[in-house]
Amino acid sequence: MTIAAALEIALAVLVLGMAAWTIAARETFAAVVGFVAYGLLLALVWVRLEAVDVALTEAAIGGLSGILLVGAAARLRTSETPAVAESPDGMLRVAAAVLAAIVAAALAAGVLALPDPAPTLAPPVAANIAATGLGNPVTGVLMAFRAMDTLLEKVVLLLALVGVWSLAPDRVWGGRPGPRHQADPLGVLAFLARLLPPVGIVVGIYIFWVGADHPGGAFQGGTILAAMWLLVMTAGLTDAPPVRLRWLRLVLIAGPAVFLVVGLAGLWLGDGFLSYPIAYAKPLIVTIEVAMTLTIAVTLGLLLAGAPERSA
Amino acid sequence: MSFALDILTITAVSAGAFFFLAGTVGLLRFPDALTRLHALTKADNLGLGLVVLGLLPQAGSLRGGLKLICVWLLVLLAGATVSQLIARAALASTASGQRGNPL
Repeated sequence: MTIAAALEIALAVLVLGMAAWTIAARETFAAVVGFVAYGLLLALVWVRLEAVDVALTEAAIGGLSGILLVGAAARLRTSETPAVAESPDGMLRVAAAVLAAIVAAALAAGVLALPDPAPTLAPPVAANIAATGLGNPVTGVLMAFRAMDTLLEKVVLLLALVGVWSLAPDRVWGGRPGPRHQADPLGVLAFLARLLPPVGIVVGIYIFWVGADHPGGAFQGGTILAAMWLLVMTAGLTDAPPVRLRWLRLVLIAGPAVFLVVGLAGLWLGDGFLSYPIAYAKPLIVTIEVAMTLTIAVTLGLLLAGAPERSA
Repeated sequence: MSFALDILTITAVSAGAFFFLAGTVGLLRFPDALTRLHALTKADNLGLGLVVLGLLPQAGSLRGGLKLICVWLLVLLAGATVSQLIARAALASTASGQRGNPL
């Protein structure tokens, strides 16, 4: 057995163990910590599978969803003790176990029934990637060959934000999301929030830009930008903007809107909806990606900031 | 030359792994939050520093090496800040005599 194989087996065991622990943990906060660690280990698994794009996304989204879940755990704290003390009766447990076993068996059967070699569209992608002007086949699939999926994904993100906003009571509708964070203006958090964003913004833009030819892209870059914004807000250096602002809402729809406009233009300039004229494929893709990076950064930042709570 | 560099890599990465192991043992065995943080920061600072030092000869390019050093510096910054914040939260919860608030 080579060292690499031993490492992979250890990684798989760790991921499975972490998953089991996350399910078994009775305390919400402990389960959240387990879930975040599970996500980071999963990112390492993607690296071992040479899917660095997926690994970056997993690490970025795992971190942000971790923050969301920590926030949820903090809100659930008051009801934690009665919830832990509550124990479902035997029948319910058996039913849940049977249901979980059936789903697991169906998934296992699905994976085992895959033909060998698995069906793949990778060769046609590799053959046609030159037409998009991109070097990274993952970005090519996301932005050109399966552009429709990416467009709808961005709309889903927007719908999620609308869902969060709709939790706001009427009197603060359009107001500022979340509580106003207070931190010592000379403390360590404020220091980090001043020192890190210049670095983080450069890294975020770099990750977005490099996505054309290497692992990276709008989503990963946008997530880093959102993290920087959240850091500055958490340190109390700036306040979350009121969600009624016109420019804010324009940025929120900029990504899907530019995508749609370019897609519709393809109806008479190219071969159909979301097809780019070959001569302009790369500049058009970059334009969409710039708008999407901004939209993703602001959407994720506001998703984590939460529902409007203050009318000011 | 490359043999000497390989020896450096193996020595430094092993030493780094040792600090990670010692830091983890400390994290599991030490009695309170502050001493556990003390153990943890050894893994972050020294352990990762030694691993990065060991990987530098294998980086292949100046750019790759600089990226590795940047990773170490960013982890140092984040680790130092977060351990300060956790330590303050731990101190505050001890002072008020309540159960530690991990948030």
